[in-house]
Amino acid sequence: MGTKQNTQSAESHLTTPTRLTGAEIVWATLVGEGVSTVFGYPGGAILPVYDALRKFPIHHVLVRHEQGAAHMADGFARASGKVGVCMATSGPGATNLVTGIATAMLDSIPVVCITGNVSSKLLGSDAFQEVDITGITLPITKHNFLISKTEDIAHAIRYAFQIAQSGRPGPVLVDITKDAQQGTAIFDFEAAKPRPYRPHPMLKVEDSGLAKAAELIRNAKKPVILSGHGVMESGAMEQVRTLAERAQIPVALTLLGLGGFPASHPLNLGMMGMHGESWVNHAIQDADLLIACGMRFDDRVTGSLSTYALKAKKIHIEIDPAEINKNVKVDVALVGDLRAVLEELLPRISGRDGSAWIKTIEASKGDVSVHDIKNIPDSGHLYAAHVMHDLWRITGGEAIVATDVGQHQMWEAQYFHHEKPRSLVTSGGLGTMGFALPSAIGAKMACPDKEVWVVAGDGGFQMTAAELSTIVQEKLKINIAIINNGYLGMVRQWQQFFYDSNYEATPLVSPDFVKLADAHGIRGRAVTTRSELAEAVKEARTTDGPFLLNFMVEKEDSVYPMIPAGSALHEMIRRPGKNPIVESPDDK
Amino acid sequence: MTHTFVAYVEDIPGVLTRVASLFRRLNINISSLTVGRSERAGLSRLTLVCEASSEAGDRIRASLYKLENIVDVDDIAKAPNVTRELALIKVAANPRNRAQIFDLVEVFRARIVDLTSESLMIEMTGVESKIEGLIEILREDEGRILEVCRSGKMTMRRGHHTSSVLRAMGKGPDEKPLPEDEPEEASNATVDIEPA
Ligand SMILES: Cc1ncc(C[n+]2csc(CCOP(=O)(O)OP(=O)(O)O)c2C)c(N)n1
Ligand SMILES: [Mg+2]
Repeated sequence: MGTKQNTQSAESHLTTPTRLTGAEIVWATLVGEGVSTVFGYPGGAILPVYDALRKFPIHHVLVRHEQGAAHMADGFARASGKVGVCMATSGPGATNLVTGIATAMLDSIPVVCITGNVSSKLLGSDAFQEVDITGITLPITKHNFLISKTEDIAHAIRYAFQIAQSGRPGPVLVDITKDAQQGTAIFDFEAAKPRPYRPHPMLKVEDSGLAKAAELIRNAKKPVILSGHGVMESGAMEQVRTLAERAQIPVALTLLGLGGFPASHPLNLGMMGMHGESWVNHAIQDADLLIACGMRFDDRVTGSLSTYALKAKKIHIEIDPAEINKNVKVDVALVGDLRAVLEELLPRISGRDGSAWIKTIEASKGDVSVHDIKNIPDSGHLYAAHVMHDLWRITGGEAIVATDVGQHQMWEAQYFHHEKPRSLVTSGGLGTMGFALPSAIGAKMACPDKEVWVVAGDGGFQMTAAELSTIVQEKLKINIAIINNGYLGMVRQWQQFFYDSNYEATPLVSPDFVKLADAHGIRGRAVTTRSELAEAVKEARTTDGPFLLNFMVEKEDSVYPMIPAGSALHEMIRRPGKNPIVESPDDK
Repeated sequence: MTHTFVAYVEDIPGVLTRVASLFRRLNINISSLTVGRSERAGLSRLTLVCEASSEAGDRIRASLYKLENIVDVDDIAKAPNVTRELALIKVAANPRNRAQIFDLVEVFRARIVDLTSESLMIEMTGVESKIEGLIEILREDEGRILEVCRSGKMTMRRGHHTSSVLRAMGKGPDEKPLPEDEPEEASNATVDIEPA
């Protein structure tokens, strides 16, 4: 990393129009947009930009694979609420970003990706490392730009920031030709401002809609709030809580909604959907009113649509008009920013007695309540649920957890109780394996004072394990928990349930992860029994520098409950009776 | 049902790809698409016709609006409107059988815009059914039609207001349904032969 020169003048560019190269304009504009960290990987077509970096007060994180750069920018954005920025060269650099961009798109995460491309006269000529990355990313970005003139760079980047974080957020890609980076233009930050943000013309919150929603809430006997990722994006945590408390309505959360409503809140039912607890899904199926807040009725939360919540009226509060009536037909649509809509709705909501309904749900928990498994006797086996549970207890629930995709992700969602928004970083929409480690790096860069944990499977961890070096190079204190079950566990589970236990291509040989960590200069330790668990977690937390824990968990454990894809929300495969992690009510 | 979207889009590279990509992703076939400059500087106007379920209309319109380069979208399926299509049809015709085609052109209020000893070109503007009627009759004689070029539909709401004014007034696409009998205009009455 070069020493920073002239950073003083770099900032004065923002106030005084100056002639700069396109490469300098890239950084100057990023500085103007408040960016201090960029995740990237250099190459020929972006070299002019890299050459200009030393003049600007921006920290560049060198990744080991561009997919990691996109996930880091994504994790940065998820943890901080700010726009994450990543950078790559043309051709393979740009295509390596694709999975990360799609991950951000499916979860509505504000990310700006900057790619270099060949010189404008070579566009479309199959020149060395030329790909049509704006064409490739068209369906997985909110918008993208192909910039071939130096004077257009500042405006495109500023516009990209506006698009990425406005309305329903999402990734934006700016592809800049090499000649545009090398040319010069007058940089006028103020003049490069995009036109004022234009809200989607179909946003619609009518008085009659608010009145109808208030009436439905008033008359409901069995209402449930469905709280999604939009709660975080809109900053509507307080408003959702006020609604729930005032009208005594229980709250079910989507995977990405976890943390938007405190797990410890008495009205919190927990996660809904494919791996939601039975009482949550039953409550939704029995409800007479669903109040969907910033969620999109994804198939993973509805199960089969033809049997979904048939007794319930539905109120949908959502910022994206294209989501209304997409999967579930609703009775009242309040199309706008969740927080603003709730602020208009709340004055119309008065106190309500919800105790009968809440009692019914409580009773339906029966003896499968697993919300606290601390007293389960040690059978000598190590279950992933124990790992998650102890991790939650020992960290006081304060850590940011970045998970990968698979069984461990669901166990995390079930047993790590998220109290605060932006404390869970997980790929819900695309379900991208390899997401945990890089997104945790992004989260740690965004929140250096927070404790950050990676929770990954033995499979997904190997997809992006090269980023261990990035942790070391950046001297980051990140703790890594590998849930090592020797299988691509979630797929193995599907094979067990739906394919006659034909474990084709799911048993997995892995390196000794502790030795792998050691090769990177990262300390680590394997954990095989529950008795070692708590102490190992404590060691990881108190060790200076990163630490890897290799949890050798029960190999053929499954995530319960489970709704088979396409089944009704209440048709769950329940925990087998003798499942050792089932807690009875008198186990407290 | 048939949906007809009219959109104002920025007149810059790649916009059509974005529109087309949206329909491709939804697996909806675009049956007709016309694009050209509009009354607004820097904006093109397009008319896009497709078959999709009646509920899909709002979602398609909302998704079109999510495209950054789209400024205005109107779904005019049910609104009173004027829809026209332009067709150029080249037919084989010699001095002996030309007269028959001249009569046909007269009946259909089309016109002949190119004439050679072996062929002639018919220009016709009208609703889709009218154009199809002419083509069908020309087809009765095998081998007569040499080429057909159709513009696709162009649509405009009837009445004084443009779509953007209507929207500003809070009147979205949910208009009174089209009267059963759409009045036919005789705007293509003149038949003047341009010099060949
Ligand atoms: C990139 C990618 N490839 C394939 C999948 C399909 N998939 C979902 S979960 C899973 C198994 C994950 O195994 P592991 O990382 O060991 O986690 P576990 O389920 O065992 O906890 C696979 C292969 C995916 N989600 N992402
Ligand atoms: Mg595994």
